Amino acid sequence: MNLKPLLARIALALAASSATLITSQLAAAEHVYDISGKAYKGECTSCHIAFPPQLMSGPSWRTLMSSLDKHFGTDASLDPKAALEIGQYLEKNASTRRADPPVPLKEAPRITTSAWFVKEHREVPTAMWKSKAVGNVSNCAACHTRADQGDFSERTLRLPR
Amino acid sequence: MKAQTLIAVAIFSITGAVAAQAATPTEIQAGYAAQARQASAGFTSFSAARGEQFFKATHGGEWSCTSCHTATPTSAGKHAKTGKAITPLAPSADPERFTDSARTEKWFRRNCNDVAGRECTAIEKGDVMAFLMLFGKK
Repeated sequence: MNLKPLLARIALALAASSATLITSQLAAAEHVYDISGKAYKGECTSCHIAFPPQLMSGPSWRTLMSSLDKHFGTDASLDPKAALEIGQYLEKNASTRRADPPVPLKEAPRITTSAWFVKEHREVPTAMWKSKAVGNVSNCAACHTRADQGDFSERTLRLPR
Repeated sequence: MKAQTLIAVAIFSITGAVAAQAATPTEIQAGYAAQARQASAGFTSFSAARGEQFFKATHGGEWSCTSCHTATPTSAGKHAKTGKAITPLAPSADPERFTDSARTEKWFRRNCNDVAGRECTAIEKGDVMAFLMLFGKK
């Protein structure tokens, strides 16, 4: 019995996993998020960018997924299998530290009404939100040029003229 | 003999599974024709003119199909809420259109609810397809 190769493998695995942990923490600090869920991207990007799961808590995503037939004014209903898979993906990757957006009575929680979102965007003038280039508060890509890749970092930010 | 039957069954189920995934617009429309015949004995055929009328009308709500898809099925559209680009609906302009029956059903269900406040009938779906399939026909 030679334990050396096994120990080496364990050490390697530990190093790899802590490296992943550090990378993902760094990425979060830079506002770059993993949005690689295949079903999530496949279904939800038909109509909008893949909003990072990390931007809302698990319970908020669950509330949102339970009313897809009335999804901010449109029917976005899914077959049960896809809904389950996407719901699990969102909850698994959801934020554990962000405060939930307030839950409105008549619609699903909106990322853009979260306290952190309002704070992060406090310097954006009202006229810019209403400009033709932005139009809608959920139009992340108007300024976050790589929002569709989950990248909300400062270096990819370009304010529209 | 037994092995041959097994092979035949295997081949049938493989091709059957593939057929359920990939279809042609004509096959999908034929499916709606079968449903339409079942729903009303008087059904004869789909009408592109009726489909065009349905496509361009508002149905008691704010939107029509053209709100997102434009009135020209060979043109690219834009989601009325999010602004996301939508490829043309006419199969001649986007060959992926109406080649997956589950996907076709999903979007008819969602969009009919948004535009008409209800699901569409098989006749309405077939009519709209007849209209869309007119474009780019040679």
